[in-house]
Amino acid sequence: MTGEEGAGVMDRAAGSPPALRVRVWRGGEAGGFQEFQVPRLESQTVLDVVTYIQRNLDPSLAYRFACRVGVCGSCAMTVNGKARWTCRTHVAGVAQDDTVEIAPLNNLPVVKDLVTDMREFFDKWARARGRFTGTRSRSEDFARVSPASPARREVDAAIECIGCGVCYSACDVVTWNREYLGPAALNRAWTLVNDVRDNAQAERMAAVAGDAGCHACHTHMSCSERCPKQIAPTAGIAGLKRVIAAAVLKGGL
Amino acid sequence: MNARTQVLLWVAQRATAAVLALCIVVHLVTMVYAMRNGLTAAEILGRTRGNTAWFAFYLIFVAAAAVHAPLGMRTILAETLAWRGRTLDCAVLVLGCALAVWGARAAWAVFG
Repeated sequence: MTGEEGAGVMDRAAGSPPALRVRVWRGGEAGGFQEFQVPRLESQTVLDVVTYIQRNLDPSLAYRFACRVGVCGSCAMTVNGKARWTCRTHVAGVAQDDTVEIAPLNNLPVVKDLVTDMREFFDKWARARGRFTGTRSRSEDFARVSPASPARREVDAAIECIGCGVCYSACDVVTWNREYLGPAALNRAWTLVNDVRDNAQAERMAAVAGDAGCHACHTHMSCSERCPKQIAPTAGIAGLKRVIAAAVLKGGL
Repeated sequence: MNARTQVLLWVAQRATAAVLALCIVVHLVTMVYAMRNGLTAAEILGRTRGNTAWFAFYLIFVAAAAVHAPLGMRTILAETLAWRGRTLDCAVLVLGCALAVWGARAAWAVFG
């Protein structure tokens, strides 16, 4: 499909900035790509491009964003075949032959256009017991956790996840095994396994063990490669494998 | 199959992978030695027959393969054919038993 409105804008814009050819996924799972021409600007992000299309060329385009500065994790999409956060992805870094292809995240149901249904992604965080379970009441003193302790360092390496779904979209095992919890949920579980204040360790380890959990990971490392926060979920998943295997061999789980 | 058993199978596959790595190196070095020195089948059998060390080595090799390969096939079949559950577990158990029997028979053939 070709966006006639998009072509029209560029016809009127003779002498203006060079055009970027943008192929955007339209419709649901059975949709197709629609092509637009968007003025190319300096320091332009992929989210800027999508916003330009919706505000100037086709207001029916559905996409999701909030902060626009890499904090909220809302705007992840598939850009030229790779999952990325679009607000911090510059067009200059991804355009090939002045063309960018923008699609919804893989491994999640498409609601409309560039919007995916994130429910299974966050439901799996809950299945992985991704919620802190403490024992202290508000009347008790703070727990003292040394920033230099090995467990706290493991948490530090994994805690900055913004829940954007890029790792989940990039994971082959999620594609092949729909029950697999995925890198983000397991990464979250790893931060809690290393949280000395948490008292739901046995339940959490049981929840993330086995064929649908950390032991299904093939260590392809696509999640670590693609994570926009430079977290390495693969390392956390390997940690879970070790800790849980040791627990099982000692008669636990 | 519960999560605990799944973890034990995962451990078994990793452990047998380590055993196989060692066994394959020994096996390949032996093959290269036999080829480079022009040993005939009769000469090879002359060294393996009655040799309990080689027999034990190949029985360990076979046991590791009979555990490792079916577990790998279990994952491959689950991920490529979406075949899961008891029927898959039974199928790979049969595969493991068959590999163990065929392998042990081959080891016995060069020992007995």
